[in-house]
Formats: sequence, structure tokens, C-alpha cells
Amino acid sequence: MIWNKEAECMRIGEREKLQLERMKAILKRTYRNVPYYKKRFDEMKVKPGDIKRLNDIQNFPFTTKTDLREGYPFGLFAVPRREIVEVHTSSGTTGKPTVSGYTKKDIEIWGEVVARALTMCGATKDDIIQNGYGYGLFTGGLGVHYGAQRIGATVIPISAGQTKRHLEIMYDFGSTILTCTPSYALYLTEAAEEAGLNVKKLKLKAGCFGAEMWTDRMRDEIEKRFHLIALNIYGLTEIIGPGVAQECDQKNGLHIFEDHFYPEVVSPETLEPLPEGEKGELVLTTLTREGTPMIRFRTRDITTLRREICKCGRTLVRMDRITGRTDDMLKIRGVLVFPYQIEKALLEIKGVEPHYQIIVTRPHHLDEIEVQVETSKKLFSDEVRHLEEVRKKIENRIENSIGLRVKVTLVEPKTLPRSEGKAKRVIDKRQL
Amino acid sequence: MEVKQISVFLENKKGRLWEAMNVLAKAQINIRALSIADTSEFGILRLIVPDPEKAKKILAQSSFTVRENDVIAVGVSDKPGGLAGVLKILTDADINVEYVYAFVEKSGKKAVVVLRTDSINKGKKALKKAGVAVLSSQGSYIPCPETDHRHALTG
Repeated sequence: MIWNKEAECMRIGEREKLQLERMKAILKRTYRNVPYYKKRFDEMKVKPGDIKRLNDIQNFPFTTKTDLREGYPFGLFAVPRREIVEVHTSSGTTGKPTVSGYTKKDIEIWGEVVARALTMCGATKDDIIQNGYGYGLFTGGLGVHYGAQRIGATVIPISAGQTKRHLEIMYDFGSTILTCTPSYALYLTEAAEEAGLNVKKLKLKAGCFGAEMWTDRMRDEIEKRFHLIALNIYGLTEIIGPGVAQECDQKNGLHIFEDHFYPEVVSPETLEPLPEGEKGELVLTTLTREGTPMIRFRTRDITTLRREICKCGRTLVRMDRITGRTDDMLKIRGVLVFPYQIEKALLEIKGVEPHYQIIVTRPHHLDEIEVQVETSKKLFSDEVRHLEEVRKKIENRIENSIGLRVKVTLVEPKTLPRSEGKAKRVIDKRQL
Repeated sequence: MEVKQISVFLENKKGRLWEAMNVLAKAQINIRALSIADTSEFGILRLIVPDPEKAKKILAQSSFTVRENDVIAVGVSDKPGGLAGVLKILTDADINVEYVYAFVEKSGKKAVVVLRTDSINKGKKALKKAGVAVLSSQGSYIPCPETDHRHALTG
């Protein structure tokens, strides 16, 4: 099912024309209305009028989270404050939060792109969407809410947490689509199992999971336990929230809604634009945002763009599942390590649950990684020897994957933090 | 019926053993025998209880990783050389012992030895063949208050 065939299946040449038009307009608007952008453009000696082709955006400066903090709270609004009807902020875990301001039209666009995303997961007017993303300043809850309302589906604004209630409502109301973080979805499957609930009685057909990194193995696990199709949604507060991109049932990457968000991939080290098919940091320019337009926002997310037309019929470019964050990227004894690589290695071992934490220390001038892995019924044995073997097996598997020896520690189940928002996988205790 | 042992994974953290014991205490589960295997990071608590099913359920409900498995329990005379005799039988039969723990039965005449061999069946067979009393049920090798009338140690 396709929500907006005209936009999603548009001929590529035609879409590029539309993007160019919108790009010119948004650069003009930001230059005129946002002092921060004017200053940066002037410093780089670029003018909105320089844009002749889409590629010309490459001459414009990047925008980073730090830049946004300079304008905290309302300095990056491109419209008078009274035109802003809603604000959201990033979590602010790494400093002052960044503020995203939405005009009435921005909220409409948000509803539109999330409606496209939910439709990709199979949502229609007849569906009951159990929305387990947090409502509030976090964009997840309201973003999905607006999309669901646009479609006309029944939305249950249950938000994150209250696991018992989630399960109860899921059963009693016959929810057909679950939206939440993948780690919370997995947690719900565990909780259902523990409570001895019969998952066959659930009416779930699809899950729209995002707001954190996850793997295909986690997908398999959730799909198997909840008997649904689990699809990946992508977005970030600075750009709009969820609904920047969504995976279709081909499970072959996430379609970016390019008529609203213009993607580039750059090398995280040199910041040079990379050709299609190469892995690097995703950079996004909003083409239609009124409240807080973003020019070349560095997302810190690592992905690859793919142009080949998808079997689903959409002509939208696809991005790979996010495989790392440039700010999550660990440099261990000079080697670049992504937590994702460790997770993947772990999940290749039978019986290992995807619950782990990576702790980096530097005890004697040398980096050390400890990976804490929860034991499971399948891993546990009454023999020490057997448990030591499991530990060594995990250590070897990780070493094969990242090229470094790590120390694996088995911990008791459910002792590592489960997240309702973003899972914290890495604790870096090095004093650098 | 086999002799069932419950094993519990314990992180090497203050209070964890107490928490496991407390769960059992609250559920009124008496412990017949126990041993702990410890490494620098974790320990494996092994228990013999009258109702292993119940103990397993209750521990799992409190988020402990629990496993149940068969072990061999034999009665040996409580005097020097009692255990050595049993181990010789296993050694002669080329059977490896993974771990062993023992306790003295209430009457004080016999010691009960809990053995885990790499193959439980082989171990049992070898011991039976040599005429050692292999205990065959959860409650019968050590009289507990509610089963005092049953006379234990039947091979």
C-alpha cells in the first residue's frame, strides 16, 4: 500500500526539479530570516542564489548539534515565534537540548510523512495502532500520533512504560500495529512470555520500530515471538521527528521522503561527499520545514544510500539500516569499533540474548573492552567449565569481528538496563 | 524418579546469595544440600530440595537463571575411605567426575554424596554394578520432618 503515490512514485527527473525548486526557496528563507545561517553563509562566501543544481548544496556549510545549541532556545526559528504552534526538543543527554519549532504547516507535513511510513507497514483506517513511543517533548509519540490520525486509524496513545498495561490493552483491544522502540518491543515479548500469555491470540500484524539502532537478528526475534512483520522507521528531532524514512515490506532499506528531506552521505573523517553506495555519515537538508529549517544537518548516523528502484514501486532513494553513530564510534587502541559490530557478533551465537553493555576502560594506559552479556536459560549450565566455554566462544566471536580481544562477563538476566527510549550500550570510562 | 538438582546462576555481587536464599525461605522451601562453585565473576549455586519443580519456578519468577538436571546421589558409610571407594569405581570405569559434594545424613551413619559425572547414565550403571546404593528419589535419601516415616536409603 502506498499513501501518496504521486509523491512516492514520482519520476526521478520530475522529483529532482521539485527538490531544486524547494532547495532554492528554503536557502533564501533561512538566509533572510535566521541570523545564524546568514552569518555562516557569509563566512563561507555562499549565497542562496548560487544553487543551480542539487549538488551545489555541497558548497554550503554543515549544521551540527553544537551549532544549534548556540541559538538555544529559539534562535534558529525562521518564522516569528507566534507562528510556532508546537516545540519538541532532543533528549539533551549530551548537553543542552536542541529545539525544533513547528508551524501549523510543519505539523501537517509531519502527519503526511508519518502517514506514508505507517501505510508502508500496512496501516489503514481499519487498524488499531498501539503507540508505545513516549509522548511529550520526545518526537516519537506525537509524530506517530499525527500520522495515525492522518490515516484515520484508531490510535491508542499508551506511550512508553507500563508494560503490564501494554500487554493487557494489546490483548483486550486487539491492537493490529505496534509502534515503539525495538528494544521495548523485545522486552514486551519477554514480558508476555513470562506472564504465560498466549501470543497466538494477539491480532498484531505489523510493528513500526525505531528511535534506536537495531539489527536484523533483533527483527527476526521480535517477528518470531510476536508473529508480525517488523519494519524500521527513521527520523530525528532536528529534522522533524519520526517519518524521515521508512522501510517497506521488501525489507531492503528505508525509503527517504526526498520531496521533504534532501539526503547526502559524507565521509565522517574528511566530510567530503561520498558517491552513492558508499558508507558514511548521513547529512540532511529539510526542503519544506518552516519553523526550524535545517541546512546540511550532520545526523551522526552511519548509512549508505541506494538508488536502484525498489520492487515496491516507490522511486524514493533507500538508506541502509543505521549501522553506527559517528559519536558512538569507539577508537580502541587505534582501531575504529562500532557497537553494532559487537552486537552482530553476539547474536551469531545461539542462545545469546540481545542484551549487552560495552564498558571501555583504560586501566594501564591501554584500552580494554568488557562486554557484559546476560545469561539465558539456554546458555546456563550447572558446570563451570561449560560456562567458561560459552564465555570464550563469545570472546572469540567478537575478536573475529572487530580484531580486538575483549573480556566477556556473564551477568544475570534482566540486570542490564532496558530502555524505553534509547538503549545505552556503551559506557566509556576512559579519562581521555 | 531421578535425583534432581537445581542450579542457579549468581553474579559475584554482594547480597545475591542471600537474595536467592530469601526467595526460597519465603516460599518455605527447605534445602537438603548445597554447594557453590565460584569463579572470579560468577558462581553456580547447586541445590537439592524436596520439591525441585516448585523451587525452580519460584526462583525463575524472581528473575534468576535456573536449571534443573539429574545428579547421582549415593550413600556411603561415614568413615575414612567411604568416598574414595566410590571414586575408584568411577575411575576404573573411565568416567570423569565434573563435581562432587557431600553431606552427612541425619542418622549420622551414612554420608550422602552428590556426584555429577560427564554421563549420568554411565556413572549410575558403573556404581550399581559395583553394588553401591544409588539413591533414587528426592526425599528418600535424607529423612525430612514430613517424610520421617519413610525409611530412607533404598538402593
